[in-house]
Amino acid sequence: MTRPAAPVPRRALEIEVAVNGAPVLREVEARMTLADFLRHELGLTGTHVGCEHGVCGACTVLVDGNATRACILYAVQADGCRVDTVESLADGDVLHPLQTAFGEHGALQCGFCTPGFLMSAVDLLSRIPDPSETQVREALSGSICRCTGYQPIVGAVMSAAAAIAGSRT
Amino acid sequence: MKPAPFEYVAPRDLGEVLALLAEFGDDAKILAGGQTLGPMLNLRVIAPSVIIDINRVEGLEYRRDEDGLALGALLRQGALEDDAGLASRQPLVAEAVPLIAHRPIRNRGTVGGSLAHADPAAEWGALVLALDAELMVARHGEPPRAVAALDFFAGMLETAIGPDELLVEVRLPRWPERSGWSFRELARRPGDFALAGVACRLGIDAAGRCAGARLALIGTGDRPLRALRAEAAREGEAAGSALFDAAAGEAADEVEPLSDLHASAGYRRHLTRMLVRDALDQAHARARAEE
Repeated sequence: MTRPAAPVPRRALEIEVAVNGAPVLREVEARMTLADFLRHELGLTGTHVGCEHGVCGACTVLVDGNATRACILYAVQADGCRVDTVESLADGDVLHPLQTAFGEHGALQCGFCTPGFLMSAVDLLSRIPDPSETQVREALSGSICRCTGYQPIVGAVMSAAAAIAGSRT
Repeated sequence: MKPAPFEYVAPRDLGEVLALLAEFGDDAKILAGGQTLGPMLNLRVIAPSVIIDINRVEGLEYRRDEDGLALGALLRQGALEDDAGLASRQPLVAEAVPLIAHRPIRNRGTVGGSLAHADPAAEWGALVLALDAELMVARHGEPPRAVAALDFFAGMLETAIGPDELLVEVRLPRWPERSGWSFRELARRPGDFALAGVACRLGIDAAGRCAGARLALIGTGDRPLRALRAEAAREGEAAGSALFDAAAGEAADEVEPLSDLHASAGYRRHLTRMLVRDALDQAHARARAEE
């Protein structure tokens, strides 16, 4: 049985990614970030690009269920992976409990940081359904907000956690 | 800011990685977690011709309980953070890992990647020094070689890993008995790079004397390092406040911190003294709690 040939470096590659549950097949330049792929190739502009070096958190999405910076992951690395963006949260017109809570708590003003906070919160609640305030603050510490002062964001996540837990009983 | 164009390859086994490194050498960079390489590429701090993505390589992402603990280089920081059994076997690692950056970074960032990059403020630098770890480095056509932590850090962002080599495993010896631990760092905000930090391990013998101290410091120079003179001077002495004060002072004197945008050398020196003092106190308390 012959070994498959050793892979050769290429400028562009074909990738298949499951984005918000739907398979997507595209050829992309290797240097295209996942964030740019989502926004420019797929028109999913909910994922925001702030710093492009991983520190602001606005680009945070879920890759295989884990909160991940989309600006420092290249789309080619997401081949065969599952990517969930902020667009996956609402079910048609029905908002996700986190989105409802953000609205009720005033947890967004300009909204630029919001998708990153939401996806980081989804990651947190998938691991810790009943977080303490400290755990919420630590889990969200990787996202920067210039508008709200963070209090309403923390309150919203605590509130949403309770609502999600409540709706399960 | 977008990266300069590069060629990308994602080999599936270690042999292919090493062959690619042998072929491309300095023209290639290894992509592991990407949490440091991504920013460098995006900001065009570097522009390698070839990116070798090792995330698909089989057999580099593991945690193996042997006499001590062997960690595959591709092990994600987040996996260690979530490992409930880690604290009982390697308490110093368990205390330090949640301090590394933020959760999304820890979800992708790897143990090997942190060590290979060797930022002078990175927690793993202090951990391998404090634990007397061995780092396994592989090269095409040769068996992996073991590099002691003390021999690993060569300068600013410089390690013993050659341009055609790959760090494949980190070996942590079994946590010694009668030992306390403390990992302390100070950053302006949680998750920021530490302005100064210490990984402290303190062994105490039956008579309450120091029997094996490690003071591994970060943020205090161009590389993580041990305060060797401060450690040695404590050996066999009765553990307690006066001793720890002296040790902290000596450790602060031993280092040559750098001034930068975030902190002056004097401030880092002051932090070192304070953090070492606190860490020794805490490690001592924990060592006694285990008796």
